[in-house]
Amino acid sequence: MPAVSKGDGMRGLAVFISDIRNCKSKEAEIKRINKELANIRSKFKGDKALDGYSKKKYVCKLLFIFLLGHDIDFGHMEAVNLLSSNKYTEKQIGYLFISVLVNSNSELIRLINNAIKNDLSSRNPTFMCLALHCIANVGSREMAEAFASEIPRILVAGDTMDSVKQSAALCLLRLYKTSPDLVLMGEWTSRVVHLLNDQHMGVVTAAISLITCLSQKNPDEFKTCVSLAVSRLSRIVSSASTDLQDYTYYFVPAPWLSCKLLRLLQCYPPPEDGAVKGRLVECLETILNKAQEPPKSKKVQHSNAKNAILFEAISLIIHYDSEPNLLVRACNQLGQFLQHRETNLRYLALESMCTLASSEFSHEAVKTHIETVINALKTERDVSVRQRAADLLYAMCDRSNAKQIVAEMLSYLETADYSIREEMVLKVAILAEKYAVDYSWYVDTILNLIRIAGDYVSEEVWYRVIQIVINRDDVQGYAAKTVFEALQAPACHENMVKVGGYILGEFGNLIAGDPRSSPLVQFNLLHSKFHLCSVPTRALLLSAYIKFINLFPETKATIQEVLRCDSQIRNSDVELQQRAVEYLKLSSIASTDVLATVLEEMPPFPERESSILAKLKKKKGPGAVSVTELEDSKRESSELNGAGERGPDPSVMAASNASTPSPSADLLGIRSAAPVSTAPASAGSLLVDVFSEAGPAASSGAVNDDGFLRFVCKNNGVLFENQLLQIGIKSEYRQNLGRMYLFYGNKTSVQFASFTTTVSCPGELQTHILGIVEPLVEGGAQIQQVLNIECLTDFSDAPLLNIKFRYGGALQNLTLKLPVTINKFFQLTEMASQDFFQRWKQLSQPQQEAQKIFKANHSMDTEVIKAKLLGLGMALLDNVDPNPENYVCAGVIQTKSQQVGCLLRLEPNAQAQMYRLTLRCSKDSVSKRLCELLAQQF
Amino acid sequence: RFLLLFSRQGKLRLQKWFVPTSDRERKKVIRDMIMLVLPRQPRTCNFLRWKDLKIVYKRYASLYFCAGLEEQDNELLALEVLHRYVELLDKYFGNVCELDIIFNFEKAYFILDEFLMGGEVLETSKFAVNVSMEQADTLQETMEEYMSKPAY
Repeated sequence: MPAVSKGDGMRGLAVFISDIRNCKSKEAEIKRINKELANIRSKFKGDKALDGYSKKKYVCKLLFIFLLGHDIDFGHMEAVNLLSSNKYTEKQIGYLFISVLVNSNSELIRLINNAIKNDLSSRNPTFMCLALHCIANVGSREMAEAFASEIPRILVAGDTMDSVKQSAALCLLRLYKTSPDLVLMGEWTSRVVHLLNDQHMGVVTAAISLITCLSQKNPDEFKTCVSLAVSRLSRIVSSASTDLQDYTYYFVPAPWLSCKLLRLLQCYPPPEDGAVKGRLVECLETILNKAQEPPKSKKVQHSNAKNAILFEAISLIIHYDSEPNLLVRACNQLGQFLQHRETNLRYLALESMCTLASSEFSHEAVKTHIETVINALKTERDVSVRQRAADLLYAMCDRSNAKQIVAEMLSYLETADYSIREEMVLKVAILAEKYAVDYSWYVDTILNLIRIAGDYVSEEVWYRVIQIVINRDDVQGYAAKTVFEALQAPACHENMVKVGGYILGEFGNLIAGDPRSSPLVQFNLLHSKFHLCSVPTRALLLSAYIKFINLFPETKATIQEVLRCDSQIRNSDVELQQRAVEYLKLSSIASTDVLATVLEEMPPFPERESSILAKLKKKKGPGAVSVTELEDSKRESSELNGAGERGPDPSVMAASNASTPSPSADLLGIRSAAPVSTAPASAGSLLVDVFSEAGPAASSGAVNDDGFLRFVCKNNGVLFENQLLQIGIKSEYRQNLGRMYLFYGNKTSVQFASFTTTVSCPGELQTHILGIVEPLVEGGAQIQQVLNIECLTDFSDAPLLNIKFRYGGALQNLTLKLPVTINKFFQLTEMASQDFFQRWKQLSQPQQEAQKIFKANHSMDTEVIKAKLLGLGMALLDNVDPNPENYVCAGVIQTKSQQVGCLLRLEPNAQAQMYRLTLRCSKDSVSKRLCELLAQQF
Repeated sequence: RFLLLFSRQGKLRLQKWFVPTSDRERKKVIRDMIMLVLPRQPRTCNFLRWKDLKIVYKRYASLYFCAGLEEQDNELLALEVLHRYVELLDKYFGNVCELDIIFNFEKAYFILDEFLMGGEVLETSKFAVNVSMEQADTLQETMEEYMSKPAY
């Protein structure tokens, strides 16, 4: 066994370290460090060339100082010099310094790269490994550029040592993660898959991490790995615990490799080949069986390793979601763990059950554990476990157990940890809404929620309860009564006052018959809270008061008295003052009829996605919002508004493009427009023929896109004009739909004959021409054509408009790019500076960002730029960028298949007359396209 | 994503970052981890959630070993990664203690490098890691010998 002092030649370092440790105070430590830094600096600067040993020693000291948490701003050069030393230890320290201290944008990288290159070609396995480690540790883009093509060669070369292969595989993985575009697939890829068969377990373990990551991105190219992985797994699972010698960990054969194999299989659907699948199912069963066997060792390491494999196998079973038998077994196994004495296992069991709850095969089985989970919520000592229990309750909730679960969550909320209250409140609110059969229960639940955890009830939650009460007249009386009772409490939360003010103002009349809640009593109750509330709540209460005047004329005098008093009518807050003055005036001059009209009951709210759900998703980060979830939530929200009975599901509508008017038809009526074919049926085939002759290649030269770029930031104007013809457009967009009006003006005094237009679209867009253009356009006349557009997914190619007509016998043929660009489908997203930067950071993968630096082509006037950005369709956010010169925008592109969140930053440099434009979008292709489009606008 | 070693007093002993992380962010993560992990009661669960990361930690004597994992990583196995690392340190130093790691911090990094790379397990065999550490030491010894010889 090596002794501690072995090979440790750096006495000076040891002395320094013990000096530091002997320092009694922080000041003494800093003093000692500064002394040492000065010493090292003078040594490095000195005339005498240092020998390798001293250099190593000083670099090592610097490293130590850095690791103590002090900044180091020199010594990099000396460390780089150490790299080219032939002495192993010097090289090693040099590499260590660089991997700890040199961040990825250092200019030294070039020098470092040279040293690495030398070591990689040294054929000395130890040096090669050091170099590979350094690449992996730094992992910058520059490194990837320099070595991405070299490493695959080392990896698959026949004469590479096993240890080097291992390092090469993981190093390549690291580079692939930072710069996937630089690691090119090639001949080596197929040979990498076969590393799964390698004799050396260490090589397999390292290679499989690489293969897993590559298959996630290129599933087809690596498909063959499935059967190889299954047979490897089956060999390990069936081996005796001693077969694998040193790769057996506490009697568990190769746990790391097994888990990685199971993880790799989760990149693919269940194997199609029956034999392979059978073998895999056998493996999974064996793993489940082993869980029941008595442990081979009492050590926690044994059970951890064994259970790690078990959990990974369960993840795979859940991923396949096709073997009811295995799913139920998995669920039972997790059920056992729920009561295990190891806290870790309880935690993990709760976590995986959450995913199991969403499978139709195992949902029922999960539900049988409800009592245990509720118990966990009540009795677990560890908050992180309680949090998982709450998550699981949320996941397993359905109509049958909603009342029980919501009640338990509410009672837990009274004692819940502050860190998770807000999320709990949202979850309770969502469940109550989603599974409310009986809306009085819903109202009770939400009011309880406000009572128990008022501080954590966000705006969205109380808005939502009001929306629902207003939309459902069967619950209004009950809501008024309950909220009236809740307000009687001596101290009630401001949110309760808000809900109370709103509901009594609308529906107080429903309970006014009872002398205990007569109009005056109601008013006095509300007004008793008035002085304790913040300005927005007071404003809301004033509106409730004026509504009272309408509902109960007998309260008019009292309320006018209140409005008239100085604290209202002369309130220093403009909003409150204005309301008081206007309401007072309104109540004294308007007739009862006018009053009744102005203060009529609020109309039902349009159906929309529950804002609470959106909030919960936001809390979980945008990554969590997948397309399917959005669809789910749509379904959920329509369910809870009872839209199922009222009208067709909007998603179905869009899919069939049905012509029945939908209740949610927007102003433009775009959704309800029936598709009309481009031209009369007889002409249809002819047009197609003409078009195919013209062909994209032939017509491309003739495509006129002069006007195109002028319309990126505006919707209306003249698209094209020559001596004969002027084409104007007007367009409007809503979500993923658009309508474009085309105006063709004949500038001559002669008639155009055989005037036809056709539009051809890239696959990502659908267009319908509404109405047929008359084949004759008289001299000086203008005709109009309407085009409906639907954006299916993001796109870069614009639709082409082809126009043909005869002018004085000569055939005119014209092709124009229609200015339909991806930004037309933007929806504004307002957000605060903090949210913006959070999202900006979340979109930090290199391919999500597109950046361009370009010369200004137009005026750099602030107002002009602002107008353009607004025309772009994104929300222009003020007070976000620390530099007020810069512009920051946010928006969401709506396509039929998905939503793409986009953030934009434009940094003008007036002196240089340049801009730098940066876009970050959740979809790479969108960032690129927007960047291209916009770079030509400013 | 990262591996941190800190003492019960909140002193950082070793830090390893497997994805590029800015200095500011590093400092924040270190501070948050120490604040998150130190106050936890003994015998609570070893797993935590922090932002979008899974945190796995374990205490060995006076040292906390703390690792940040991504969504798809296996927590139990990460716990064993920590354990295996402790075993390796133990084998190399012979009954390792915090002082060994303080005075031979460079060795602690080298051992970690032999075992993990870019956050993935490189070599799970204790034997293989030890062999390569010994080889390195032999190389070093030859070097020391060479160094101590007077130059001609």
